[in-house]
Amino acid sequence: MIRYPYNELEFTFSSSPDETYEADFLIGLYRSMLRIRMIQEAIESRYHEDEMKTPIHLVIGQEATSVGVCAALRTTDQVYSSHRTQGNYLAKGGSLKGMMSELYCRLNGCAGSRGGSMHLLDKSVGYAGSSAIVGGSVPIATGAAFGAQYLKKDQINVVFFGDAATEEGAIWESINFAALKSLPVLYICENNFYSVCSSMEVRQPKVDIYKKAGAFGVNSCRIDGTQVLNVYEATREAVKIARSGGGPTFIESVAYRWRGHGGAGDDSASGYRDPEEVKAWQKFCPIDGLYKDLMKKNLFDETRNSSMKKEIQDEIEEAFQHAINSPNPEEKDLSTYVYSD
Amino acid sequence: MPWAEALITSKAAGQEVAEEGRVLAYVDALHEALTLALELDPKVFVLGQGVNDPRGMFGVTTDLYKKFGEDRVFDTPLSEEGLTGICAGAALNGTRPVYLHNRPDFLLLTFNQLVSHASKFHYIDNGQNNVPMVVWSAIGRGWGSGSQHSQAIQGFLLGVPGLKIIMPSTPYDAKGLMLAAIADNNPVLIFDHRWNMKAKGVVPEGIYHIPIGKGVYRRRGEDLTIVGTSHTLALALEAMEDLDKEGISADVIDLRTLKPLDEEIIFESLKKTGKILIVDTGPAMAGVCAEIGCLVAEKGFHDLRGPVRRIGLPDSPIPAGFTLEQYYFPDKDRIAKVIREMVSGA
Ligand SMILES: Cc1ncc(C[n+]2csc(CCOP(=O)(O)OP(=O)(O)O)c2C)c(N)n1
Repeated sequence: MIRYPYNELEFTFSSSPDETYEADFLIGLYRSMLRIRMIQEAIESRYHEDEMKTPIHLVIGQEATSVGVCAALRTTDQVYSSHRTQGNYLAKGGSLKGMMSELYCRLNGCAGSRGGSMHLLDKSVGYAGSSAIVGGSVPIATGAAFGAQYLKKDQINVVFFGDAATEEGAIWESINFAALKSLPVLYICENNFYSVCSSMEVRQPKVDIYKKAGAFGVNSCRIDGTQVLNVYEATREAVKIARSGGGPTFIESVAYRWRGHGGAGDDSASGYRDPEEVKAWQKFCPIDGLYKDLMKKNLFDETRNSSMKKEIQDEIEEAFQHAINSPNPEEKDLSTYVYSD
Repeated sequence: MPWAEALITSKAAGQEVAEEGRVLAYVDALHEALTLALELDPKVFVLGQGVNDPRGMFGVTTDLYKKFGEDRVFDTPLSEEGLTGICAGAALNGTRPVYLHNRPDFLLLTFNQLVSHASKFHYIDNGQNNVPMVVWSAIGRGWGSGSQHSQAIQGFLLGVPGLKIIMPSTPYDAKGLMLAAIADNNPVLIFDHRWNMKAKGVVPEGIYHIPIGKGVYRRRGEDLTIVGTSHTLALALEAMEDLDKEGISADVIDLRTLKPLDEEIIFESLKKTGKILIVDTGPAMAGVCAEIGCLVAEKGFHDLRGPVRRIGLPDSPIPAGFTLEQYYFPDKDRIAKVIREMVSGA
């Protein structure tokens, strides 16, 4: 049984057909999504070696949300995530080597092996951090936005979180405060219908998530999260509002998680969702969709595609080697940075 | 006037300040600390439920917003968890929030952000970020405060790495520790006590910091060591005034800070006296008394010449009613009784 058919979804915002983009921009979006997909697949294929001793949460199927949002941001804008960090981190420009070292629990990991996959960080590109507590980074990002407003920084703060995070009270406390103070913050809810193995049906009454946010007095919309340009344009609009002092926007971006909640592979055979549902959603692949579009418009070709893939593959291999050959932390590294000077 | 308020007021009225210098009430010392911090650093802001109302958080924040504007001193929604995370996020992004609560009981709603977020970031970000924020609250007691408005929760938080916990007992300390907390680059909790708020003391003008993590002797003596903080320490000092006449003397140590804990001063005194009484405003079980007691058993065992004693709250909820409350909370006579037992070896 397909519980959440793509064709029955209603969206409140979609990209404008009249909008024209430079080829390089579109190819850049494609490359960014493809790169995330390939990195995820590479991690997945080596996860069984048990050398990446950290719980991973893959974003395969959901790449367009990370990429579309981050394409509308500046380097100085900040991004926070939930446990499902990797797509957000990479799309914002986080160092691949730093991430791989973190997954391999190395001293030179982006968080010095103190965070693991659920707590990546690359301040140099505005990837500000994440929380492994569902909903936990929503107040933090809201506070960062308050800090930006208070210090008159020209900076947007963005937080990604899942549908289940909207069942936590503190996110509504945050949205209430952000609306009250017109904070420059974007709430990006990545609705993939599942929280681990629990479907939306057993967790929430049938009220659209974006409408709940709307009730708090913030701009809100629901978009097709398999279409990167939808995500990009909705974010661009939200950024414009936030930068001009118009306050927060809540974007519910719907896309399906092709893999299990955590770890490698799809776990739908375990029975919580129908493997047919996964297959049905794979027809709406954000990467294939854009590829076909680019081909149709003659903006891209197979040769360029394969050399792009080769380039990414080399980068990934180098990052793995970097991580594997990096030193482990030592006992003396355990107790540094408990307190700040 | 409610009885508890009347008691505090009359005690303060009868209080004599022996030292030379400018005398301030405890709340006024706190008010002055916030004023100075706001003047000194534009990154500091003050928030909390009711900070701008006419009562101004017991007087701690009265009219601050008139001087510094409502961008810097502002009332908040009743969203304790959310606002704690918002303070942490604002601190991560370069500001220095000071978040005030009427009661520590309300902090129980904030543990997710306090325990799992604010106090963790510096460590899990591998030193790349810090969270300079202060969370202040005043422990209640009396006039029906009861089980949900007079809890003292410092003991619950002792085991949270990355937090600092301050519990002042004098106006001088309240000001100097507040200023030190605001200048600190970590999340710092300050637990003041409602019953200390009207106490008077000498408070120098201008900015000074009291070091976080260092205790101080309030009395020197021979028969035993008493350690504690805040209002219970004030009660222990009153008890010692009575016992003076009986020829009993004690080292009374005001720890000022519970985390980091000044172990040195405790062991220095214990070496001399061989006996220790630990007093706290919170539950005796699994809290400050238990932790210091265990520490003494572990590292000071050979200096002990009698059992470790503790005076905290019983392992039962705090009653609201006037009569039951008298039995529940330790007072100076109960503290004196335990001290006599310790000294006589009974
Ligand atoms: C407060 C809290 N409760 C439960 C968990 C366990 N948990 C981790 S991820 C997750 C699923 C969250 O689903 P959602 O927010 O929709 O994000 P998704 O995993 O789908 O990206 C759960 C329940 C947690 N980490 N934190």
